[in-house]
Amino acid sequence: MKCQQCDKQATFHITEVTHGKPQEFHLCEDHARQYLTASASEPEGAPAMAAALAQQVAVTQTAEELARLDQQACPVCGITYLEFRSQGRLGCPHDYACFQTQLEPLIVNIHGESHHVGKRPHTPASGSEDRTQLIRLRRELKEAIDEERYERASALRDEIQRIEGGGT
Amino acid sequence: MQLDDLTTTSGEWLRGVGPESDIVISSRIRLARNLADFPFISRTTPQDRARIEKALHDRINEIADQNEMLYLEMAGLDKVDRQFLVERHLISREHAEGQDARAVAIDAGEKFSLMINEEDHLRIQAMQSGLDLASVWQQVDRLDDLIEEKITYAFSDRLGYLTACPTNVGTGMRVSVMLHLPALVITRQIDKVFRSLQKISLAVRGLYGEGSQAMGDFYQISNQVTLGLTESDLIRRVSDIVPVIIDYERQARDFLVKESHENLHDRVSRAHGILRTAQTISSEETMHLLSSVRMGVNLGLIRDLNISAINELFLRTQPAHLQKITGGEMETTDRNIERARYLRRCLNKEDGNRPTGEHN
Repeated sequence: MKCQQCDKQATFHITEVTHGKPQEFHLCEDHARQYLTASASEPEGAPAMAAALAQQVAVTQTAEELARLDQQACPVCGITYLEFRSQGRLGCPHDYACFQTQLEPLIVNIHGESHHVGKRPHTPASGSEDRTQLIRLRRELKEAIDEERYERASALRDEIQRIEGGGT
Repeated sequence: MQLDDLTTTSGEWLRGVGPESDIVISSRIRLARNLADFPFISRTTPQDRARIEKALHDRINEIADQNEMLYLEMAGLDKVDRQFLVERHLISREHAEGQDARAVAIDAGEKFSLMINEEDHLRIQAMQSGLDLASVWQQVDRLDDLIEEKITYAFSDRLGYLTACPTNVGTGMRVSVMLHLPALVITRQIDKVFRSLQKISLAVRGLYGEGSQAMGDFYQISNQVTLGLTESDLIRRVSDIVPVIIDYERQARDFLVKESHENLHDRVSRAHGILRTAQTISSEETMHLLSSVRMGVNLGLIRDLNISAINELFLRTQPAHLQKITGGEMETTDRNIERARYLRRCLNKEDGNRPTGEHN
């Protein structure tokens, strides 16, 4: 949606309730600031408008923060947090560690808890995390071969075999 | 063992035996598991999926008796066969529509099914007729242990079993009990029951899981959360509430018997009558009428039928089953005619003297 005052993208959607009648404004950041400052200078609405502005700025900051977190990618499988948010499915087991900041509140929201207390496999969890690194190593191996970096490929292959063989 | 062998049987969960089997159809538990060294399904390459499938297939072969097991690759099955497995609750709808390297392993008694490359790499499911979650858990737990002996699952100390969707993380467990609740539907109390279940974070679904309608007054009650509780706690959550719902349904049935006996008897008899005489009938109408007949049998209003026969009809009149039984793919119109013929044949056979529909 475009700003009602210029051609920029409208990022602020303001609903103003004056005399019990709601009125909608769709504005870009600059015009929203202008609009909110202008209305804030009007005597009666002043405190309410100031609060609204503060809130809007806070929202912008969170939105920027969110955008930054969205671009973060998992080093193992390459999925970004944004991709997870749009698909609802994670890319690999390492995502739980890599996106922990973003996932933690989501998980608590879903389950009301953040720690597993149930059954455990007989293999220690660290073994599971080592094997997850195989996903990254296999991906890097494929890339090395594609780029004809054979020395690197051979080193990666040894590393993969070591983990696959269960050695340390 | 072949897929077609299943057409002559009716599946463990519909046998109509076990505790509370007049109302509880089946008890089911599934575990979601992933291999530690592969991406989750959405990030896998076809080669990854083939390797996951091979690793799990090899392991299943080591622990299962070949003669007692059916291993099916989805790619090798036609649409009707896939739908047939969905109708029997052996695979999910999602699995039936899936891409390459999807497979399922089923035991001859249809007590287990292991789906490979569904939403997670592995979904282990055990089911049983009637209300008996403890023994279902024992079986699924044992199977999980056996697979884990040779396979490293994705697991974290803090979050437990790691799954493609955070809604399944932790135990990866879904406990579900399927109930037949026609009297609560007739007395319009069903919504009230569901609202109270949602408050204690239990989910209610229809006959075929997520998004499916409550066909034939069948409802599945299952746990919503999977993290922060032990497997036994999760089972207890569901198994504590089921007797309460059973009790409500029994009270509603008693009420109908006492307060509107004629109406109830009429509803049951009409349903039975339509099923015995219809010339064309849809799957939905069949389910709806069979539901009344099933309750009528439970209440002693119909005496010449038993519950397992009715349970079987619920399954065998569904589209894919009907096509497997009568041989060959059919359009909806032909299916409806064939379904009516099948119902007349099954429901009139006790009555030797009366001409069946086929003589008309």
